[in-house]
Amino acid sequence: MPRKGILVDRPYERLTREQVELIHQASMQILTNPGLISFNREAVDILHSHGAEVETITGDHQSWQVKIPEKLVLKALDSAPKTVKLGARNPDNALIMHGDEPRVYLITGSETNIWLDVDFPTYVNKTDHSKEIRVPEFKPRRGTVDDLCKSAHVCEHLETVDGYIRTVNIQDRDITEENKDVNKFFASLNNNTKHFMSGLTSLKQLNNVVRMAELIAGGKKELEDNPIISFITCLVKSPLQFVEDTTDTFIEVCRRGLPVAVSSSPQAGTTAPIKESGIMAQINAEVLAGITLGQLVKPGTPVLYGSVPVRARMDTLGDSYGSVETSQYNIDCVQMARFYSLPNYSTSGVCDSKIPGQQSSIERLFSDIVVAMSGPQYLHCAFGLLDCNSVFCLLQAVLDDAHFKLLEFFLRQPRIDQPELEAMLKQIREVVATPQKLYISYIRPLLRSGEISGLYPFEGNGETDDVFEIAYEQMKELLAKPVEHIDQETSARIFEEIPGILPRLNIYESRS
Amino acid sequence: MSEDIIATIKENVIQGRKTQEDIGIDERLEGTPGVVELTQQALERNISPQVIITEGLTAGMQVVGEKYSTKEYFIPDMLASAEAVGAAMDILKPILESSNVETKGKFAIATVKGDIHDIGKNIVAILLKGAGYEVHDLGTDIPTEKVVDFVREEKPEYLGLSALLTTTMTEMGVVMKTLEENKLRSSVKVLIGGAAVSEEFAHEIDADAYCVDAFQAIKVLEEFEIAKA
Repeated sequence: MPRKGILVDRPYERLTREQVELIHQASMQILTNPGLISFNREAVDILHSHGAEVETITGDHQSWQVKIPEKLVLKALDSAPKTVKLGARNPDNALIMHGDEPRVYLITGSETNIWLDVDFPTYVNKTDHSKEIRVPEFKPRRGTVDDLCKSAHVCEHLETVDGYIRTVNIQDRDITEENKDVNKFFASLNNNTKHFMSGLTSLKQLNNVVRMAELIAGGKKELEDNPIISFITCLVKSPLQFVEDTTDTFIEVCRRGLPVAVSSSPQAGTTAPIKESGIMAQINAEVLAGITLGQLVKPGTPVLYGSVPVRARMDTLGDSYGSVETSQYNIDCVQMARFYSLPNYSTSGVCDSKIPGQQSSIERLFSDIVVAMSGPQYLHCAFGLLDCNSVFCLLQAVLDDAHFKLLEFFLRQPRIDQPELEAMLKQIREVVATPQKLYISYIRPLLRSGEISGLYPFEGNGETDDVFEIAYEQMKELLAKPVEHIDQETSARIFEEIPGILPRLNIYESRS
Repeated sequence: MSEDIIATIKENVIQGRKTQEDIGIDERLEGTPGVVELTQQALERNISPQVIITEGLTAGMQVVGEKYSTKEYFIPDMLASAEAVGAAMDILKPILESSNVETKGKFAIATVKGDIHDIGKNIVAILLKGAGYEVHDLGTDIPTEKVVDFVREEKPEYLGLSALLTTTMTEMGVVMKTLEENKLRSSVKVLIGGAAVSEEFAHEIDADAYCVDAFQAIKVLEEFEIAKA
């Protein structure tokens, strides 16, 4: 049985059908004029051999102008699977995504360089020494492989996390470009039994990480049936450019038939028009260009329509994930993906705030609610992320899990039908006839059935705000709770066959 | 044998099962006798009401209180248990009276004139009954004269006044003043509660206690008992 996710009964839509079609048509026009600039030769060859018009661009870097005809895009949309399965080490954690069905899976990610530690130092009142308070203090530092293990471990236990995208970039001294991929895959997979999606640092490591996945899944065929890993590639850099290295990676992943998210992340105002219609036409063209290339490499490659649009901050021209427009763009993209019946990788919950607190709560909750309501299938909802994509805080991830439980409850389908209403009429008549006229006794059968939403779990007792401290205690409890690691025999084979995994990640060796 | 039935009464109080129709928390108990049926069975077996109350009903409520304080139980659970105990007390009351066994005390409760809100008042009434008090619920929008008449005629040890509105809370002061004028003030301890009132207001109108909720009311009454002893 796959994970249930959240089935959004009547998804929120911003665009009319006519507006969706207008965006589609504009994207088709963009793909032929101006088309895309490709810095990747192989992509050019593949597209050209299927009828794309190609022109060499003169300049310092070798590049080509590629004009992709509409019929090529439509053919690709036809061959791209409308249902994508993302498997998991624990098969009960598999995700089944139908492009037409607004079932939302909540996913962590993405990679940040900074890990935010939390401490609670005590401060004493200068004038009255008997008065003291504990205040959370956040200390940033570079992320390590040990942090990644911790994050995967806690996210295994966070109930609302449906899939895992690594949250922190591993920057230990003994991590190199050559061994980074195998270590990030192993650290994540060994501490988490949910689906694992990642980008690749080095294409040279693709065979190693796929082999690792085969060993864990039980073989090549088993991995095909239960793809416990998938990839995300930003092969298109906005505006409209196929990047050389990530396009290479994308092509190789497609050749292996593994699921892949084709992601584009234009910034409205700098790398895309600031106006909604403009960024939408462009991002849609960029994603469709990627999907088209992927389907030409291997028709039937499972792809996710990946959209990470964002608006620029006007003060710095950096990303403003907390801006309202960012959520609007994301919701529009969900609609576009649904128009093509493709599962959508969407984004919410990324905030501008640098530390957990009121700003971070407001920014992330706002986008989480509205984007989730639109029904994306694979919602990268930024558990624990702060300062856009720069900082990860495990405490924030625990806080996020609590608000996703509320959101999950909110998005439940209403149960209003004839038998239910008849039961309620009976109840109303019974209670009105009693002297106390209270419905309280009818609550009890529902109290422990999950039919009544829970209290905010980090509510304090007094008038002080104890949220962080209570969540921190929960975080420690989750870290102390064991996870199901890869079994000893498989682990041994992985260490034997896959070069570069740090010996300290071998839990069986370090225990003996 | 008597130990078994008393233990079952205690368990059913914890489950909040008044009668055999009640589901409680453990679904396996559905259809088995609840506190009412078990109390009747216990009396038929000549078990003394004191044993039923102390080792069955009160011991069960003690566990319920602990579960509430650890957040395992919620108010609806407390109320269900208190209602079960209250129903058992109704069965035991005539026997207790005939054998001159005193209850914990007579408690009159009312929402003051002009105010029809009664959720809090009803919850207090149920819980106090479950805690062993003889509760007389006078109702909502009760004129001062009616409250004072009840105090004069029925001589309750305690009077609970409730008001939700800032516009009706002043009626509490009127009740206090009228009790004083009728020389009844010293005969009754007055507890006030409701969203509009506060500790400060209780002090202002010379009430004996302000109770933020039903649990505090029970605590305050216990303190009065200790002080009396």
